[in-house]
Amino acid sequence: MPKSTQKMEITREVFDHLVSLAAIQLEDEQAQYLLRELNHQLASIHELEAIPLSADLPITSNGVPYTASTKPELRNDEWQAFPAPQDIIDQAPQHEDGYIVVPDIPHTTLE
Amino acid sequence: MQLCDFSAIELSCLIHQRKVSAVEVVESALKRIGDVDGRPGSLDGGEENIEDGQHVHAFITLTSERARATAKEIDDQLGAGNDPGPLAGVPFTVKDIFCVKRTPSTAASRILASFISPYTATAVERMLTAGAVMLGKVNLDEFTYGSSNESSAFQPSPRNPWNLSRVPGGSSGGSAVSVATGEAPLSLGTDTAGSIRQPAAFCGVVGMKPTYGRVSRYGLIAFGSSLDCPGPLARDISDTALMMNAIAGTDSRDATAASVAVPDYLSGLEKGVKGLRIGLSTDYFRITFIDPHTGEYSEISLAPEIENAVRLAAQKLKEMGAEVIENVPMPNTRYGIPAYFVISRVEAASNLHRYDGVKYGYRSPKSTADLGEMYRRSRGEGFGLQPKLRILMGMYVSAAQYSEQYYRRALKVRTLIRRDFENVFDPHGAYRLDALLTPTTPTTAFPMKAIYGDSVLMQYADQLTVPANHAGIPGISLPAGFDSDGLPIGIQLLGADFSEALLLQIGRAFEMASNNEPWRQRKPEILQKQDK
Repeated sequence: MPKSTQKMEITREVFDHLVSLAAIQLEDEQAQYLLRELNHQLASIHELEAIPLSADLPITSNGVPYTASTKPELRNDEWQAFPAPQDIIDQAPQHEDGYIVVPDIPHTTLE
Repeated sequence: MQLCDFSAIELSCLIHQRKVSAVEVVESALKRIGDVDGRPGSLDGGEENIEDGQHVHAFITLTSERARATAKEIDDQLGAGNDPGPLAGVPFTVKDIFCVKRTPSTAASRILASFISPYTATAVERMLTAGAVMLGKVNLDEFTYGSSNESSAFQPSPRNPWNLSRVPGGSSGGSAVSVATGEAPLSLGTDTAGSIRQPAAFCGVVGMKPTYGRVSRYGLIAFGSSLDCPGPLARDISDTALMMNAIAGTDSRDATAASVAVPDYLSGLEKGVKGLRIGLSTDYFRITFIDPHTGEYSEISLAPEIENAVRLAAQKLKEMGAEVIENVPMPNTRYGIPAYFVISRVEAASNLHRYDGVKYGYRSPKSTADLGEMYRRSRGEGFGLQPKLRILMGMYVSAAQYSEQYYRRALKVRTLIRRDFENVFDPHGAYRLDALLTPTTPTTAFPMKAIYGDSVLMQYADQLTVPANHAGIPGISLPAGFDSDGLPIGIQLLGADFSEALLLQIGRAFEMASNNEPWRQRKPEILQKQDK
């Protein structure tokens, strides 16, 4: 991989903060790869800044607009029991007597 | 020619007429899988050996016994005078991004490797209800994040059946491979930026991305929730239409599945193209991208072989009575990938926060002091590099201080991309197109390991397919010949919202017009070896 000549817009400090928020433990080799690729992707994203966008241009959060006739009717908000709850509990990495078991939950007293 | 080489429609007819049994069809498919697939993808697959290089490795989980039992049930139903459905006894594979009850549903990720789904995705359920027989779950890029299948945590990753040193494309690579090799006539894939159409093009099969909301996403392990579309891969247009008949439609379990009537996609297939207006755009004959190492933008024309395949297809459609409109402006095509880098990452990051080692999936076996450390270890060990990259980018561009600059700007650019299509498909506008005809991909299948790791260049493999995902419109890739390296070339038809029937009709016209051409007789390298 050629060495990037671009400035590192996402610094190691910002990167480490993101990693902390994302709750992902990384090995250093992984961190170096991810930091480099994030900056490469950001360079591509900057192409969007060259596009003149009017302030009143609406956003599109979903490609196909839903109309009154195409928007599906919502179900009634009624509780339905899942027929095999044990199948769900069985997927938990650790469970006991129908409860999911986790390590100690740290508590912080808010000031 | 073996039973597994027949089309889904042919197999359905033969089985309904009881000329062959569903069990015989499944056994034929399982034999083909045994002949060409090699060892299935697995965690810690180890070094690839010479034998691995001679197989295609489409599968992660083969459900042979379940398939045999289902096929017997189909035969029993027919024997009792009942009709098991339009897909009676037809084998299909499922991209391992769909949940199937009591079946490993891995997303090709270590973090879900142990997950046995307690329920079945609607699209899979509809295939089963129509009588189809699931053979198993096929490989993909981890969480669908890639265009080559190489990012799968389950190795060996699939190989291209036309040239085993090439990638099959992605992320629905296992699906495309399983269809191209005759392991199954049908496969269920998903398309978020081109993940059905690009591997279909690379493997010489048909792949359709339906309109957003045409097929339910219930039970699909989510990537980009405003972009993901389940859809069919098949060897021809008619089988694609047959599968669309089974999977399309509203779903009370998916509030984004549009309440739009489903036509019979088979009934109008052979109406021809007389009077239809089909557009060509120079914006789809070049790609623009940034060199991440120099920061310079490059604009390059596609290989002449690819552009020629599109123009030859246009000429054939013209000879059949279509009107071909040149120089259709699609000026925002080039912004599809930069906008996708933002939108898809924000949605991916949101969707990936649920994997925490608590409710299901991977939990680090290492001792942890508290819940926070367990999260960090489990996510660090369970996710591969590509999910991590998407989480971090999604969090960065949606952070409060950057959201206006990146996320909202990308959503506005998405509006411009959508307007490009609305403009050319407007029945009262200047162009009044029924479809836009484009190449599916900027290149044919590239060599394995050639691009993997360069996340920017890999993403640009989707530059010609991703605009349809932003806009939500349907698209289909179909085979249109081969390049000088003997690799398949795919062409793409894009249409207005819910115009799948029209795209299939145009695709079928092209199939009929090119049916006698020598390239139609070619067989994938791996099947030629089987014949010797």
